[in-house]
Formats: sequence, structure tokens, C-alpha cells
Amino acid sequence: MPVKSYIAHAMTGKKEELMQALLSFEQCEVIPAENQDVVALVTDTPNDMEEEILKQKIEAIQSLKLLSLVSGFNTPQN
Amino acid sequence: MSMYESINGRRTFIKKMAMLSAMTAAASMFPGIVFASEQEKGIEDNGNLDWKKGPCRFCGVGCGILVGTENGKAVAVKGDPNSSVNKGLLCVKGYHQIMCIQSKDRLEHALVKKNGRYVKTPLNEALDIVANKMKSTIDTHGKDSVAMYTSGQSTIPEGYVASKLMKGAIGTNNLDCNARLCMASAVAGFLTTFGADEPMGCYEDIDHADYFVTWGNNMAEMHPVLFSRMLEQKSLRGAKIIDFATRTTRSSTASDRSILFEPQTDLAVANAICYEIIKNGWMNKSFVEKHCNFSKGITNMGYGLEDNYKFTDKPEKIDFEAYKEFLKDYSPEKVSKYSKVSVKDIKYLAAIYGDPNKKVVSFWCMGVNQHTRGTWMNNLIYNMHLLTGKISQPGNGPFSLTGQPSACGTAREVGTFTHKLPKGVVMNEKHRKLAAKIWKVPYERIPSKPTYHATEMFRAVDRGDIKFIWTQATNPLVSLPKTGRYRPAMEKESCFVVVSDVFPTPTSDVADVILPAAWHIEKSGLYGNSERRTQHWNKMVEAPGEATEDAWMFIEVAKRMGYGDLFPYSKENHVEEIYNEYKQFHEGAKHGMAPLEVLKKESGVIWPYVNGKSTQWRFNSKYDPACDNGEAFHFYGKPDGKAVIWQRPFEEAPEKPDNEYPFWLNTGRVVEHWHTGSMTRRIPVLHQAMPNAYVEFHPDDAKKLGIRNGESIKVSSRRGSCVLPASINERGLPTIGQVFVPFFDENMLINDVTIDAFCPISKEPDYKKCAVKVEKV
Ligand code: SF4
Repeated sequence: MPVKSYIAHAMTGKKEELMQALLSFEQCEVIPAENQDVVALVTDTPNDMEEEILKQKIEAIQSLKLLSLVSGFNTPQN
Repeated sequence: MSMYESINGRRTFIKKMAMLSAMTAAASMFPGIVFASEQEKGIEDNGNLDWKKGPCRFCGVGCGILVGTENGKAVAVKGDPNSSVNKGLLCVKGYHQIMCIQSKDRLEHALVKKNGRYVKTPLNEALDIVANKMKSTIDTHGKDSVAMYTSGQSTIPEGYVASKLMKGAIGTNNLDCNARLCMASAVAGFLTTFGADEPMGCYEDIDHADYFVTWGNNMAEMHPVLFSRMLEQKSLRGAKIIDFATRTTRSSTASDRSILFEPQTDLAVANAICYEIIKNGWMNKSFVEKHCNFSKGITNMGYGLEDNYKFTDKPEKIDFEAYKEFLKDYSPEKVSKYSKVSVKDIKYLAAIYGDPNKKVVSFWCMGVNQHTRGTWMNNLIYNMHLLTGKISQPGNGPFSLTGQPSACGTAREVGTFTHKLPKGVVMNEKHRKLAAKIWKVPYERIPSKPTYHATEMFRAVDRGDIKFIWTQATNPLVSLPKTGRYRPAMEKESCFVVVSDVFPTPTSDVADVILPAAWHIEKSGLYGNSERRTQHWNKMVEAPGEATEDAWMFIEVAKRMGYGDLFPYSKENHVEEIYNEYKQFHEGAKHGMAPLEVLKKESGVIWPYVNGKSTQWRFNSKYDPACDNGEAFHFYGKPDGKAVIWQRPFEEAPEKPDNEYPFWLNTGRVVEHWHTGSMTRRIPVLHQAMPNAYVEFHPDDAKKLGIRNGESIKVSSRRGSCVLPASINERGLPTIGQVFVPFFDENMLINDVTIDAFCPISKEPDYKKCAVKVEKV
């Protein structure tokens, strides 16, 4: 059950849009920065395959400029 | 706990850790970044959480925090939206602070060294041992053979009882604190220029200034929330940040302009700015005539390198013409030659201060204070603001920042320095009489002469003059300069060492008795931040084991020594009782403190608190009810109501790079760690983000020496050495010919290498300049 954290860089002025897009995925939790176009993102998925699919969906978001991985944790299924 | 709950809890924890890592990583990419308070999202829905207010445990910015507790445990921290300091924001250290409480090696019981081994001992017995030892030492060797060394992280009540015990009960001035290492030059600067300590303005200045000039002050890492407020003003109103420093840092890259200078020459550049202000007719003549005097003092004071060094300045009044004549040596053209600051940049800085239509705030902290001419440097920054009349008004003023959370509230206001009393100084009979009256002791008991400042106190331990020392909330064997001398000194049989702390440190490693201290939110207390804001908090969780409030351990020892009648406080209410007693020292319009009931309600209150109102700008009659000279400004700290413009020259550092030791060594901090790291290195996410110290090189120097990133480098001075990995083009960029090392890492003790030279007036050591050589190992 992977838990990963990322820094999601928004296109200039598009932080709010990016936030909303990320929040539409149930597996995402976000904290926006107050003073930068940047969002701290944590994903929580049941397995590596779903993680990969989610990542592809995130990377397709228009308001996203860059997604950089910070850390990955893997916890046992139960 | 059911299986489901336990897995769920672990998963939530992991997600929280993951989020914290992302935020920490972002903080290292974007200086001054702050995250919204939704950090506690998900926790907030939980109706069981009880949020309690207090100040952050760490830096002198003094952000307001809210700590969420559940079933007696602290589970979350968020910024206090009601605090005007941080308006709900926190930096990475602030968010993570409570995570150190759970550290496995927490000191929960007293430990007494017996036959070279630490033996777990009931606290009562340990306190008996401490009191007996202190008493028998005084009986045999006199009261000046015992000493106490406290902290700018001690609470106001802790500092107060320490002072009352040492000065009022025992009758020795052998009390000093670690704020000597960071704020003493600021204090001496304020007293010599204004006769009154602490900044005249407040953080609201940030909302009004057109220019921020930071003097040797990496605010993006050291005062991150204030820096984010400056960045906000930069984007909202186009305010400009000018970074004047000896190293390129995150603050420099986020500034509008970064100007680098050769170490120690800030003295000359400040004088050159004053030269330009006068030469170009930018001086505010009527302000200077009405509100300023000119003085000079002794020069070539030395550097305090020898034991028992003594110095007293002899101020002498001069006139404006003499001052103008003195400044002739500091034309931009002359100064540019040795400061490595271009004539153009000096003129640019002078024009900022000189423009009557622009508001300027100067910020500084350790770069100016930890300086063998630190008092002078403080004076010189005031000169620029006094000459132009840019002072004590919203958005216009010199702003000395503080490092520790209560360096102002405790060390400076309560006065835990050898020369200080809660009001005034030991040298002044009136001040001794007031202290004696409130403390209910004979006034003859308080000695009229200061004894040991921090460096000299540990030299006295080494010489065998001090035979008992008690340290509290500080880690001198990592933070003193030239620890290579003071570690063996503290290990000597001749001195009995008591250390009160929350975690084991290299200082507690040499203790004879270790007392387990309650941490921040495990006790009630008060702190005072950089803008004269006093902040109260109530105990939020129980301390583990026998860990106890420091103030209460002092009181218990005082009682055991026979001073019980002077410490009639109750265990449950001692914080309130002590504060109410202390408050009497500052009654009046110049320093009145808010009543406890107000402090309990508000997220901090700025003093002077007069007629139910904070005074935001002192010395300006529009805002400050203590001004009574009928003029717009009144510098009432001085008997004639005038501030002093000081003639202070440029003088060389005591040690400069030479053939044998060709590099400057500069030391400092990083955003992830609080001082010697005893707390933040126990917070996993901060420790992972910055696991060890390093030695930073300019890439050209690294190339010349064939040094690659991560290679082991031995940094040596005439005093000692330290081995660290090289860091090139990572966190910061030193100038060519300089290396930088952070001091948070107890496994890489850079203070074995630093020099214990200090400012002769303030006695604050210079951690920013000494000569070293570097070798690959
Ligand atoms: S800026 Fe200072 S006071 Fe504010 S959260 Fe960070 S460490 Fe705490």
C-alpha cells in the first residue's frame, strides 16, 4: 500500500485550479503553499499499479507544471 | 486498541510524515515558503481535539501556535490565526515541534553519577544532593565559587527565580546565560545609543516599509515567517529587499539585490553610508539637532582573548564637525578598496537610507551581534537611522532581531546576566534597592560588581575558581566558542556540574547530576519575543516520569538551602505568583507589563502596556504615552532625552586568513535545526531533511583544491579541528576564500575550531570570523 509525497508545481497563478483537480481524486491529500504556486501532495493507493495510474492522471492535469517526488513509503496490506 | 485502529493510526501517521517531508522539501527549494493551516485537515473533524494557545518553542520570531491535544497527548500543531506575528502561518520547525517529546531517550528521571556510572535516582534525592553540594561549596569556598548558566529559552518565571536565588538569596552575581552568545551586543548597542533596551518598533513595520536592508542576516532560514511577510509585501506593494552579507544564502537569492562584503568591513561600509548621507545633504538636520548627541569612545580595545580581560568604555561628547571630520576616512572610494563592495553599491545603499520619501527598516541578528566590534556595529546601524530621522515610525526603523524565543523576555527583561537585575543593573544603588525591596532581602546582599560573563565563566571553571555550576536549557559544550578548552574544563574534578535538560546532550555527558526537565508544553510559562511581545501559555500535557518544571526545581533547591521564606510559591500556581511579583519591577509607562488575565486571553501583548493598550512605537509621542518632552520624539532612556550618534571606527578582526590558515571560517544555522540540534535532531522529518553538518565551499576554491561534494574535509584552526563532508553549490555559497559550517551537529563540533574572542563592551563572542585551513582526509 504505497504512500507517496510530492511537490506539485502549478502553472503561474493556477494553484487553486491545480488544488481542485487534485482533490477530485480520492487518493490525494493536498496542502497548498500560501505564498508560492506550489502544493504539497500525498497519495495513498492500494498497490503499485494503481499508484502508477494515479500518477499518470495527475501528470495530465493542465494546471500542473511539474511533479517532483519527495518520499515513498510502503506499508503491508493489513 | 483494535487491529483496525492500530493499522489505521499507523497509516495516518505515515501519511502525516509523508506530508511533512513534502513541506520540508518545498521549504528547501523556496525560501520563506509557508503552508496554509489546513495541515491539520482530517484531525480537525475530530471533535475530541482540544486546541490550546502558546508561543512556538523555537525562534525569537515568537509565532503563535495552537496545540491540539487528545486524551492527554499532544497530537497536532497549527499556526494561531489570532496571533498578529504569524497570522496562522508557521515554518517547518514550528509545525513539527511537538514530535520531539516522543523521543525514546527523553530524560525522565534524575541521574546521579556514582563511580563513573549514571544511577537513576528519585528526584527528591537528586535535589538534596544539588542543594547540599551548592551549600557546602559556598561554606568552604565562598559564594562566588558557585555559578548558574541559564538560557534565552528559559521562561520568564524560570529566569526570575534563578536571578532571585543567585543575586537575592545567595548574594552572588555569578549568573549569566547563553543570550550572552547571541544578544549581548544588541543590548549594549541599545543601552549606549538609547539608554533603553529592545527595538522601538514592531513587526507591523514590515507592512509599511519600502525597503528592507538585512545586515548579515539570513532571515529566510533564521526568521522564516518574518521573511515570508516581507516577501508578501514585495509582491503586494513592490517593497524591496536588499541583502548585505558575507555569504550568498536563500535570503540573497530571494532578495531584489544581494551585496557581498569582506568579513569585518561592515563597520567601514556603515560609516561610508553615513559619510554619503551627510555629503549629499540627506541628513535630517532638525531631527538631529533636537534629538541627538554625538559621542566617541575608546578605540583599540583588544579582543578579550586573555583570561580576566577587563574593559570599560569612556564615552566622550564630540560635536558634529568632529564627527564629519572622522567620516572623511570612510568615503565610498576608500572603503570600497578593502570592503570589496563597489563604490556604486555603497552609494546605492546610502541613497536608500538618504531618500526622504522612502521608508526603510534595517534588520540584523547574529552577523552584527556575534562580532568583536558588535556593540559598535549596532551603534553604526542606529547612526544611519538617526541621521535621517528614520526611526520610531511605522515602516521606518532599525530592527534588531533576536535568536531565541525568550532572549528578550527572560535574558534581557528579567535580566539573567551577571550585571543585570529585573530592573536595571547591579552597579546602580537605586536598582539594587528596588530589587532588595521586592525580593525582601537586605540590599547589601546584592553585590554591586558584575562577575563572570559566559566565556569568562567557563574560563573560571577551567581555572578552578568556579567549583559548582548549574546549567539549564542550554548546551554550552556544543555552543560555546573554543569548546576544545571548555569540555576538559567541565570534566575536571574541581567543579561539580549540574545539568537540567529535556534530552541528553554533550553537556549532560559531563554532569555529576542530571535533572530531568519538563518540556515547553509540559509546563506553564511566559516568553518574550523580538517585538517586545509577552506570550503566556498554560500547561497542555503531563511531563513523563519525574520530569519537572525548571522553576520548580530551582525553588526546591532554594528551600533546601534555607531560603524557603523568599520562595513562598505553590507548586500548582508558581508561574502566576512569580509573574505577578516580577511585574512590579516594570510598573510605569516605560515598561509596564500586561496583567496575567490579559495575557491569558490574548495571543501575546506588546509592552509598554499602558492604560489597557500596547505601545507599538516607542519614543514617538504619537504612539508612546511615556514621551513627555513636548516634542515629536523623546528618547527618554537617556537623562537629556537625546539618542547618541557614535563615532566608531573600522578595526580589523583579531584573526585573519594568512599563509598557514588561508580561509575565513563562518558558522551559523540552517532552517531545519534549532541551535545545537538537541530537539530538532530528534524530530525524524527534520533530521532526515538535514542529517549532518557540512563544510561549504565556493566552487572555485573547491576546484582549486580538487575537492568534490561529500568528500571528508578536516577544518583546522590554531585551536582545534573538525572533520566534515564538503558541500558545494548546495545550501549556501560562501565568498571565495571563505568556508561556512553550521553548528547544529554534536557529532561534528565546529566550535572546537572557533575563537573565543569577544566584543569588549558586550562580551559577546564572534562566531563568524576566524582563520582556518582545510585538508582532504
Ligand atoms: S519562524 Fe520561528 S517562531 Fe515561527 S514557527 Fe518558525 S521557528 Fe517557530
